[in-house]
Amino acid sequence: MQAPRTEGDDSCLPELVSHLRDNRTGLREEWAQRITDAHLLSAMSEEEIFSEVTSVFDKYVDTLETGSVESLQEYAEDLSERIIPRGVETHEVLGIVLLLRDVLARSLFQKYQEDFELLNRVLDAYEPAANRIAVIVGVSFVQERERVIGQQQATIRELSTPVLQVRERLLALPIIGELDSQRAAQLTDQLLNAVRSNRARVVVIDITGVPSIDKNVANHLVQTVRACRLMGAAVLVTGLSSDIARTLVTLGVDLSMMDTVGDLQGGIEEAEHLLGYEVRKAQAASPEDKR
Amino acid sequence: MPVPILKQGHYLVASIQDALSDGEVLELQENLLKQIGDFRARGIIVDVTAMDVIDSFASRSLRTVALTTRLRGAEMVIVGIQPDVASAMVQFGLLMDDINTALNLEEGLEFLDRWTAERADADGG
Amino acid sequence: MSFWIVGPPKEQTPMGDEVLVAISSDMDVVRARQTGRSMATQVGLSRSEATLLATAISEVARNIVEYVGEGQILLCTVNLNGMEGIKVVATDSGPGIENVATALQDGESSGGRLGLGLPGARRLMDEFHMVSKVGEGTTVTMTKWKGPGRG
Repeated sequence: MQAPRTEGDDSCLPELVSHLRDNRTGLREEWAQRITDAHLLSAMSEEEIFSEVTSVFDKYVDTLETGSVESLQEYAEDLSERIIPRGVETHEVLGIVLLLRDVLARSLFQKYQEDFELLNRVLDAYEPAANRIAVIVGVSFVQERERVIGQQQATIRELSTPVLQVRERLLALPIIGELDSQRAAQLTDQLLNAVRSNRARVVVIDITGVPSIDKNVANHLVQTVRACRLMGAAVLVTGLSSDIARTLVTLGVDLSMMDTVGDLQGGIEEAEHLLGYEVRKAQAASPEDKR
Repeated sequence: MPVPILKQGHYLVASIQDALSDGEVLELQENLLKQIGDFRARGIIVDVTAMDVIDSFASRSLRTVALTTRLRGAEMVIVGIQPDVASAMVQFGLLMDDINTALNLEEGLEFLDRWTAERADADGG
Repeated sequence: MSFWIVGPPKEQTPMGDEVLVAISSDMDVVRARQTGRSMATQVGLSRSEATLLATAISEVARNIVEYVGEGQILLCTVNLNGMEGIKVVATDSGPGIENVATALQDGESSGGRLGLGLPGARRLMDEFHMVSKVGEGTTVTMTKWKGPGRG
């Protein structure tokens, strides 16, 4: 006959928590052994596993006792931040938490096996709490992984669109590969920040390596040019193939905003000329220097 | 608190710290016009480095001040538009094509030097 | 022996933060956009995204001050399937706009409420809706989402 289930009956909690604490060492060892047997945390050394196991065990039992979700979440985030760089994967984290859950549950079965009714009450207290812990730890880990991956992707995007300082006051941005709206937006951000930190007066954007651009991206390009202007930098766009130029005209993109030059080399020369002209002007105030 | 205007050689420099109300814009304009007269200033630099948002009102105001002071014989340069603000402005559609812009105070001063030199050349014939 | 999953802890889908800003002066315009910016930062929007949001808020707030006199702006953090963002609801009980579609068209550079503001604000945001009834008032609802790849 099954004892009536009373969800949330925490009266047994203190007792089961102190049992788990009293048997801490043995339970921890058992858990660590099962982790090794299951080939989990293979990326970590034995010492590392031992130290993590110790702290996770204590935290697990603390959380069973206090029921504090915030504290566990914080802990789980910390833990995730630590172990993700070491190459630990999601199935491993879930695996070890569930193994611990099991090790502790069996310990409770063993202790209360004589009294079925009491055992039921103990499990009524233990199971919801243990399940909550597993979910929190699992979710925290997954969220942290997603955050890290997102950051890595952003870094890759930035690295693949390097802004180069060619000369003082002159930046070049050779774009290679397909440009989508997202990449174009990130590119604009990067370029404008580079204009500020390099105090650039001229920017050469080379799109020789861009196979095709649609209206959205073309407009993005135009906007980038305009934004650079607001920051006092002139822009030359180079490498505009006749195909792309035709497409843009057909799409009705306002090309008058862009000064275009044949290729990157030509663009840089033109830019130097623009800058050189300024420098010459400052050095000699005579009108003959005007061309 | 009115926008402080400093004298730098033949130029005036006004640094806008916060968002300006209608009244404050008018006040700035009047003060600039007065000082252009008092000091025979040839150029004005309006520094908007501290403006974290430039909306259509701000943009219109800056334009108005530029056009008005130009009528009085002083050329204006706006400096210090931040990257994210520049981005927002163009996405919004605030172009300011007819306004001079430069990266910062130093660049702005250089621009005014070139501008006044060119004008002197032109006048000199 | 069976066990059941009680359900995800409540902290997983936090209740949105909401701030209501009364709009009737220039200072309120600034307050609304600064609040928007700080909420955007809290939720993890990038600096550029926060500036786009703040600019759009500035625009609709100023619209209210200039053409109606007073209104309010509600700013909330929102979460849609894990995607976070800031939603703005700007309301006024002004005269209303007869033709919303025209008001949102580009190129309306003449004065009045059909100025550059609203179409521009729309371009800055990811979602934008405007409802207006002559004699009753106007409500602008707009949302800015966090872009991908943000920490």
